[in-house]
Amino acid sequence: MVTAQSPETEQYNVIGTRPIRPDGVDKVTGAAQYGADLQLPGMLAGRVLRSPHAHANIKSIDTSKAEALDGVLAVVVNADFPRAADQEVDTGEGSANLKWVLDNVIASDKVLYKGHAVAAVAATDHHIAEDALELIEVEYEVLTPVLDVRDAMVDGSPLLHDSLHTSELDGSKSDNASNTASHLQFTKGEIDAGFDEADVVIEREFETSMAHQGYIETHNGTAYWRADGTLDIYTSTQGAFPVRQQVSALMQLSESQVKVTPMEIGGGFGGKIPVYLEPLAALLSQKTGRPVKLTMNREEVLLATGPTSGTYMRVRMGAKRDGTITAAEVHLAFEAGAYPGSPVGAGAMCSLAPYDIPNQKIDGYDVVVNKPKTAAYRAPGAPQAEFATESVLNELAEELGLDPLEMRLSNASVEGNTTAAGMPFGVIGNVECMTAAQESPHWQSELEGPDRGRGVAQGFWFNIGFESSAYGQVNGDGKVSLVLGSTDIGGTRASIAMQMAETLGIPMDDVRPQVVDTASVGYTQVTGGSRTTFAGGWAAYECAMDIRKQMSQRAAQIWEVDEDAVEYGDDAIIRGPADEDGNAREIAFKDLAAQLPTSGGHIVGRADVNKTSSGPAFATHIVDVEVDRDTGKVEILRYTAVQDAGTAIHPAYVEGQMQGGVAQGVGMALNEEYYYDESGDLKNASLLDYRMPTALDLPMIETNIVEVPNPGHPYGVRGVGEVPIIPPAPAVRAAIANAIGVHMTELPMSPRAILEATTLGGD
Amino acid sequence: MQAVKYARASSVEEAINLLREGGDTARPLAGGTDVIVQARERTRDISLFVDIKHIPELIGIEHSADGLTIGAATPCYQIYGDEQIQSDYPILVDSCSLIGGTAIQGRASLGGNLCNSSPAADGIPSLIVLEAQVEIAGPNGRRTVAVEDFCTAPGRNVLAAGEFVTKLSFPKPAGGSGARFLRFIPRNEMDIAVTNAATQLRLNGDGSVAWARVSIGAVAPTPLLVADAAAALVGQPLSEQTIAAAADASRAAANPITDMRGSIRQRVHLAGVLTERTIRQAAERAA
Repeated sequence: MVTAQSPETEQYNVIGTRPIRPDGVDKVTGAAQYGADLQLPGMLAGRVLRSPHAHANIKSIDTSKAEALDGVLAVVVNADFPRAADQEVDTGEGSANLKWVLDNVIASDKVLYKGHAVAAVAATDHHIAEDALELIEVEYEVLTPVLDVRDAMVDGSPLLHDSLHTSELDGSKSDNASNTASHLQFTKGEIDAGFDEADVVIEREFETSMAHQGYIETHNGTAYWRADGTLDIYTSTQGAFPVRQQVSALMQLSESQVKVTPMEIGGGFGGKIPVYLEPLAALLSQKTGRPVKLTMNREEVLLATGPTSGTYMRVRMGAKRDGTITAAEVHLAFEAGAYPGSPVGAGAMCSLAPYDIPNQKIDGYDVVVNKPKTAAYRAPGAPQAEFATESVLNELAEELGLDPLEMRLSNASVEGNTTAAGMPFGVIGNVECMTAAQESPHWQSELEGPDRGRGVAQGFWFNIGFESSAYGQVNGDGKVSLVLGSTDIGGTRASIAMQMAETLGIPMDDVRPQVVDTASVGYTQVTGGSRTTFAGGWAAYECAMDIRKQMSQRAAQIWEVDEDAVEYGDDAIIRGPADEDGNAREIAFKDLAAQLPTSGGHIVGRADVNKTSSGPAFATHIVDVEVDRDTGKVEILRYTAVQDAGTAIHPAYVEGQMQGGVAQGVGMALNEEYYYDESGDLKNASLLDYRMPTALDLPMIETNIVEVPNPGHPYGVRGVGEVPIIPPAPAVRAAIANAIGVHMTELPMSPRAILEATTLGGD
Repeated sequence: MQAVKYARASSVEEAINLLREGGDTARPLAGGTDVIVQARERTRDISLFVDIKHIPELIGIEHSADGLTIGAATPCYQIYGDEQIQSDYPILVDSCSLIGGTAIQGRASLGGNLCNSSPAADGIPSLIVLEAQVEIAGPNGRRTVAVEDFCTAPGRNVLAAGEFVTKLSFPKPAGGSGARFLRFIPRNEMDIAVTNAATQLRLNGDGSVAWARVSIGAVAPTPLLVADAAAALVGQPLSEQTIAAAADASRAAANPITDMRGSIRQRVHLAGVLTERTIRQAAERAA
């Protein structure tokens, strides 16, 4: 690990250094308060009754025996909620139909996946609440489950929703009800003409399994419905404001009646944007007049919270002998889970973005199945879609006898290119990542030994901007209290505070960041979309500029000089014109701060930014594997991740994001899957059998940060969190093919799958 | 979690009495790494835990001229930390260092692993090839059972109401013996065997196999002693051909199910692969 500042960040004092995170001590000592730690006076414990069936009509629910149990204070079902009109609600990353949002929180007429919530209980303790669940009588009419995306799309398939009709390309709705919620398409050039120009065409089909984010902290939600009709929510969330929107809409309250306090969060990766427990806790609290806390266990998390989509994908790609890609056709069918809203659109837009391919046709289908409603998961949709496209590109390179990185370079998207989705590229680091990978010690090394292979893949993700706020109070001791609304998942207290410190010219330690509730800071979007260091940092920059201006004004007032004659220097010295005796007027930030209380009061800076732009992210990964032909097990021998961070504000946390993304991507590549039986029962709803990689399954992941500053940000920031999950699966697939000559067509490429593709043959 | 009572026994007799008084829902508790989880998840109806790990004869390791005795509740870390076990019974180190993780091994015992009677238990194939004898205490006195006869079905065994295991006894391996346990898991740690296998063999001076025992797990309702695999080896030189014949015997004996951990064909195949590998590595230890 390099600890000196990079050439790109040498110009800065704070940016590019690696200070200890402000929340570090509390987290390593266990003092940090997570949602499950919360204890409020008179608090009740809640538990949720969940469906044992994947697809069933609810004929009746009898809660009377549970309500009669000593210690039970309330039982709620869907019918107890205020009736939601047929309206859309902003859920943080996109919007959704409110009835479906409520039905996912607690089933109304149908249960649509095993583990679907049916009723919730509040009791004086957790054990009584659990006993009460056994006393709730639910009569089900069991229906045939729909478990595979292609089966779901077939005419005559059992329907999850009688009211769901396909949104067609022309905006019309299909005549017949369908499990296909929508069809989308992006085109560019003339697809048939493009394939006519090709010397080699390869077409492959792929299937990928649902995969869960695997955050270690399970979901929790505590609500206190106060006597004055206001509602307090405490929860582990990526976005307190989106929780406020969802809960207020579901409870038919106005936003200002709801205050959401984000507790510390033990991982989210997109999965902690939807609400699950909060509305149940709210209604139980309203009924009992007491605070109610609900927590999920691991089984509930895997059964009933949103994974990313399982898919069926087909890619056809053609190239000339020199490696020029002439055409690409992509078909993506994504499982949305029980309600519409898979990330197929994002997957479609990303699928071919790293390459300037003149003729493209990309079709996406959003399809409901009897599995949990999918949620965002780190670059939602892109790991699947780019697994398919990158895999076919690797096979084309192999077929043409070309170096896979050279072939990528000769087709790479550069500034001025536009994707099939109409997205124009500005300054991007696509080529720079590929070149850095080529020059890496890993790519330059020889791989030796039997059954070993090397693979490479590229990744692209948009990143997003949107709204963030920051307040900063200058205290008399010269330090700044920085108030933020962004849940800190990956070190954003640090990365945002560093940008404020840089702007003010003061040390990082002199900025004290706090994450606060929705009543205590301006609107701030989710910690997601790789946006927090980008947009939160921008807000901190604007807030710091506001402080600089006010500090200059105050100095002018004290010196009795014209405000325009005072300048705030990047060294945190405020300078005015020389006095009558010719002596320089200057005062350090700290000294002026000490005078604030007596010279007119403290200074508060504030900013609210709302950016529609972002800085696209690219990554190039290289992996070496060894395959045990007897068992089908793949060992990761060496891994190098190259990524354009724009400017790496805190390089250690950028490296952490890159390594974390690789770990999750390798998990999807090798072992993570939702294993259902034919009745729709998820058989591996535990971290024992849902196999995420452990520390013993991965080598040290080498990182190489490329810095192509984003001209659309004061400090050149691009988001870094998401793109590193994209290249691992296609890179590992290529490495396996290189090792044993077998091109896998499914994820995960588990030992069983590899044995079936080699010695055992298919099922 | 259901409400449970806890009682600590200080002698075998006291434990027998407590279990008798507790009736059907009383359960012996040693390390608790299986039964506490079962109570918590309500997969087993338990109203009373009788803690047996404070009974002196249930904890400890004794080496004698005849062999080895391990108290049933002795935690794994003590077993793999015992120097004489490391030199004379390294296959017990193989198993005990794979059960759970480091934290679990501080509590979990071989007796508990046996009584949990999982077809995929990482301890049992090693006990089988080591010819372990299981001493059982209960309301009708004490008895001894050969370990390969102990398990009867997934989660079931020969223990009658009120009975529990007190100790495991092992004969001293003859000179020229070696034993090895291996399991296959998709990851490198913290997992349950897709298939596992153990082999103990004794080599003659000429390199031929004088004696052998092979066991495979997670391929049948109980861990299996594969007599045909041993028969394929005994009296033969340790050639590719004889090893392959033993592996064939394991594949033939395997009768697994398909579940989230593995398919029938994958497990049958792995039973052969692991049989071959344990034979080769046991022979290396014998040499």
